[in-house]
Amino acid sequence: MSNTQQLLADRFGDFAIREEFRDNVRFVVSPDRLLDVLSLLKNEAGFDFLADITGIDYLHYPNATDRYGVVYCLANSETAERVYVKVLVNDPEPTLESAYSLWKGADWMEREVFDMFGIVFDGHPDLRRILMPEGFAAFPLRKDYPLRGRGERHNFEPNIRADG
Amino acid sequence: MAVMPDFLITKLDWVANLARANSLWPMPFATACCGIELMATASSRYDIARFGSEAMRFSPRQCDLMLVAGRVAMKMVPVLQRIWLQMPEPKWCISMGACASSGGVFDTYAVVQGIDRFLPVDVYVPGCPPRPEQLIRAVIDLQEKIQATGTVNAREFTDRTTYEGPTSMIKTLELDQTMVVPGDFNTATRQRD
Repeated sequence: MSNTQQLLADRFGDFAIREEFRDNVRFVVSPDRLLDVLSLLKNEAGFDFLADITGIDYLHYPNATDRYGVVYCLANSETAERVYVKVLVNDPEPTLESAYSLWKGADWMEREVFDMFGIVFDGHPDLRRILMPEGFAAFPLRKDYPLRGRGERHNFEPNIRADG
Repeated sequence: MAVMPDFLITKLDWVANLARANSLWPMPFATACCGIELMATASSRYDIARFGSEAMRFSPRQCDLMLVAGRVAMKMVPVLQRIWLQMPEPKWCISMGACASSGGVFDTYAVVQGIDRFLPVDVYVPGCPPRPEQLIRAVIDLQEKIQATGTVNAREFTDRTTYEGPTSMIKTLELDQTMVVPGDFNTATRQRD
């Protein structure tokens, strides 16, 4: 793992901040260097598998400085190492570059983060909602969205007996 | 001997109801653990075939009893309504379990709080999930209802043109709160005027 850290430090200097808790290694990078860091990790450090992309909303979070976090979970299939790359983005237009060019598997994961948090991935081939209905207007995992929704779940036309 | 047309029509209703009530073909709409109990109900230990409704068909055009077993997500409502409209008349609906009847513990933005807001329900089965005996009881109750209210040309359905579900949570939403239903939903579900 120190090799990976060395590689990142050599290439990016202070851009990638390393955090560590036991065997869990994370890098916090700035959004504009995200694709460079992911590309380096994939092509030179052997992290060939994108296991997951998740989002976090830090609204009302103690001591948080940024609104959203997006975490890329990478795995090295030869050494079974894992590394977590986190980027922080903010309103009004939280935007990141798509990792689709590196991993095809990023397709649906980025759609899910977009669906739930409204974070836009530039360069994604087909950025549509994946879990919620297409007409849904809100981003339900944002902290300012009410748990029970805003009434969308009641907003369908009922069928009655005389219908077909 | 005098002809008694009313008497004859009543008996026709009775015969039609006898046939319908004892050969309910369920359309199992099983989305959760209630579906497992539904399968148990159909199996040999509980044997819903004793009541003539063992012929579960996964094609709505062959069925006359919609059995909604489990939670229904918002995205699934147009699908559920479409299946309901594809079933030929006369048809009935059993809402099985707490989730289908009221949303159950899933009181979230994505889960419908009771299918009776969108479909006419005949019999509700409480429980989480209900025992197979409860489902059999529901089928017997439905048979009694059909026998008591059914008509040979299903007039009782066409006469009922009002919405039968709960009204307390129906409300007018602000424009920014409504879900804009896209074209696919419109074409997939026949909407009333």
